[in-house]
Amino acid sequence: MAIMNMLQALNSALDTMMARDPAVVLMGEDVGYFGGVFRVTEGLQRKYGEHRVLDSPIAEGGIVATAIGMGVHGLRPVAEIQFADYIYPAYDQIVSELARLRYRSAGEFYAPVTIRTPCGGGIRGGQTHSQSPEAVFAHVCGLKVVMPSNPYDAKGLLISAIEDDDPVVFLEPKRLYNGPFYGEPDQPAQPWNNHPKGEVPDGYYKVPIGYAEVAQEGSQVTIVTYGTMVHVAQAAARTAGIEAEIVDVRSIVPLDIHTIASSVRKTGRCIVVHEATGFGGFGGELVAQIQQDCFWHLEAPILRVAGWDTPYPHAFEWEYFPGPARIIAALKSVMEAS
Amino acid sequence: MTPKSRLHVPKAHARPGETPDFSYVQISPAGAVARPDINAPAADIADLANSMVRVLDEDHRAVGPWHPHLDAGELQIGLRHMLLTRLYDNRMQRMQRQGKISFYMRAYGEEAVSVAQCMALRPSDMLFPAYRNQGLQITRGRPLVVLMCQVLSNTRDMCKGRQLPVLYHWKEGNLFSQSGNLATQFPQAVGWAMAAAIKGEDRLAASWLGEGSTAEADFHYALLFAAVYQAPVILNVTNNQWAISTFQGFAGGEQRSFAARGNGYGVPGIRVDGNDFLATYAVTTWAAERARNGFGPTLIELVTYRGGAHSTSDDPSRYRPKDDYERWPLGDPIERLKQHLIRLGEWTEERHAQLAEELEAHVTDSWKEAITYGTMTDGPRLESGTMFEDVFKDMPEHLKIQQAQLRALRG
Repeated sequence: MAIMNMLQALNSALDTMMARDPAVVLMGEDVGYFGGVFRVTEGLQRKYGEHRVLDSPIAEGGIVATAIGMGVHGLRPVAEIQFADYIYPAYDQIVSELARLRYRSAGEFYAPVTIRTPCGGGIRGGQTHSQSPEAVFAHVCGLKVVMPSNPYDAKGLLISAIEDDDPVVFLEPKRLYNGPFYGEPDQPAQPWNNHPKGEVPDGYYKVPIGYAEVAQEGSQVTIVTYGTMVHVAQAAARTAGIEAEIVDVRSIVPLDIHTIASSVRKTGRCIVVHEATGFGGFGGELVAQIQQDCFWHLEAPILRVAGWDTPYPHAFEWEYFPGPARIIAALKSVMEAS
Repeated sequence: MTPKSRLHVPKAHARPGETPDFSYVQISPAGAVARPDINAPAADIADLANSMVRVLDEDHRAVGPWHPHLDAGELQIGLRHMLLTRLYDNRMQRMQRQGKISFYMRAYGEEAVSVAQCMALRPSDMLFPAYRNQGLQITRGRPLVVLMCQVLSNTRDMCKGRQLPVLYHWKEGNLFSQSGNLATQFPQAVGWAMAAAIKGEDRLAASWLGEGSTAEADFHYALLFAAVYQAPVILNVTNNQWAISTFQGFAGGEQRSFAARGNGYGVPGIRVDGNDFLATYAVTTWAAERARNGFGPTLIELVTYRGGAHSTSDDPSRYRPKDDYERWPLGDPIERLKQHLIRLGEWTEERHAQLAEELEAHVTDSWKEAITYGTMTDGPRLESGTMFEDVFKDMPEHLKIQQAQLRALRG
């Protein structure tokens, strides 16, 4: 075991898989010589060579398309899209090709591509470096979509994603790369050293895709969330003095509704929190499924806390971010309802 | 006079009621274009993009440096594959008109593109076709019954009823799954070729799209990645002049040839008479040797003409002159190869008629068998619960639930 931040954990996952399987190749903008703008691929081209860690042209559609071709020819490409906000030129290749290849060829062809991409705000990225597009991919049948909230899950989920024969969109909340974030930008940044999930095995292990995790047990209310908001929700509940059970969704597709619903049936109250824009967001799917499974156990309407339905503004980042104040207000509201 | 800017709107050479005028098609005399060494740098052979490689002359002789010297037996095989493609297409079109299938797209007039190019490649080479490349399937020996079952979406459909007619795949035959979205396969072929190079294989990838689809970003991704990594890939633009009703000028063909798109990327672009079986074969062989010997990608523009409608869903008399194809200066690929073989003393009109009869009977027999596995109107049908398979490798729980719901609904 070692203490790792999320960048080191992701790097360790890639290193572990490249050592185990010569079919694993990395590609993306700045991932080779430089080691990636966030340093996730640092040192890997030196270690595994230029044929296995490819610096790519600035063409996300081309990166995903060529990754598909490589995947069809027996490689296991891990493509980095430098920011999730840059993924849209590749959208047709992801939706119409990567996600549909197995289906349209009745299982004859498939491309085991993992697309890693940093998402979320809180780094002064403005509207083009802060988006959380998980709902956009969750809506596409044929894709798996995951978002880890800590170094341990990041490494274990990335190894699972690389080994998966289905395509996986792997969203990395970049605000968590260097430490957990509790929603207070004015507070000093915390390292992963003090967090139990900062302890990461050096070698190979998997966190299976398709399973949520109860990040914190509690009896009064369930907070269903993922990514950066797991930590923000935890801090908010603590501040409010409410014993919340926090379910870290981790795997958006396939969704582990059992873990989520059994928590809500236990507490009888629920809020859903995500950083992405609320309207049409993945929270809507969560709420729909939770009420369907838990309606007769609910003491209060399920509330959503999400980014406002605007782009992510540079100057008003923390007003946009669904931080502790909004979470606490929602918690109080569902606690008061009876 | 005050200078003014000007918006240019391309005009088709002729629309219904007008006289076709193909003077815009630059045609080199047969044998006139030099054949460079396979290791020639792209910059030294840029002119290949502006001329037109042709082997068959007006008297049906094979002339010049691109003459591939195929023996008569191979030419007869090529003729057979092209003719079978055409007869298969014609039958499927008729079956669509009779309501037996929902949709069809013929390769009428472009048969040499798929057949000659496929014959110039090895069976181990991976092909990423567009929707008018059924000749690749036929040349690689796919039984017609299998193709027909796909078109029928019946119980033997390779796609299990999930794809529109003509969107085939064949893993064993190294033919990639066809997409209904245009041009997406082009950069995928480059990725496949990059993987072949990473593995140190001598296999190459080839892909096709229409001149209209060169407008898509995927075309440019393909050329860029092919150039950057010098991938062993052959990128083919089938310039059949028409994208449904939109003529090639709206894909930028008025200003430069489509082959010339390669030059900007440092990828040799070569323009060939796509209705000349021998020239198409020779150019593809040249590009394949380049790829296999580490000299990288080639962009080939195959100049041809879409002799029929885009698909069974459009009527070309609404947007082009009725006699357009009759006046097309590069003729018909089957007729030209036939005349060449006759001139060689290796074919006769009688043998041709006999072959057509034999292939027609083969199409009939195949159709009779295919419909026993189901049609749109008559059973047997695929079990609809199979629609939930292959979304993922292993069916996740939510799909199992939906599958059970559908089956319960059906009783």
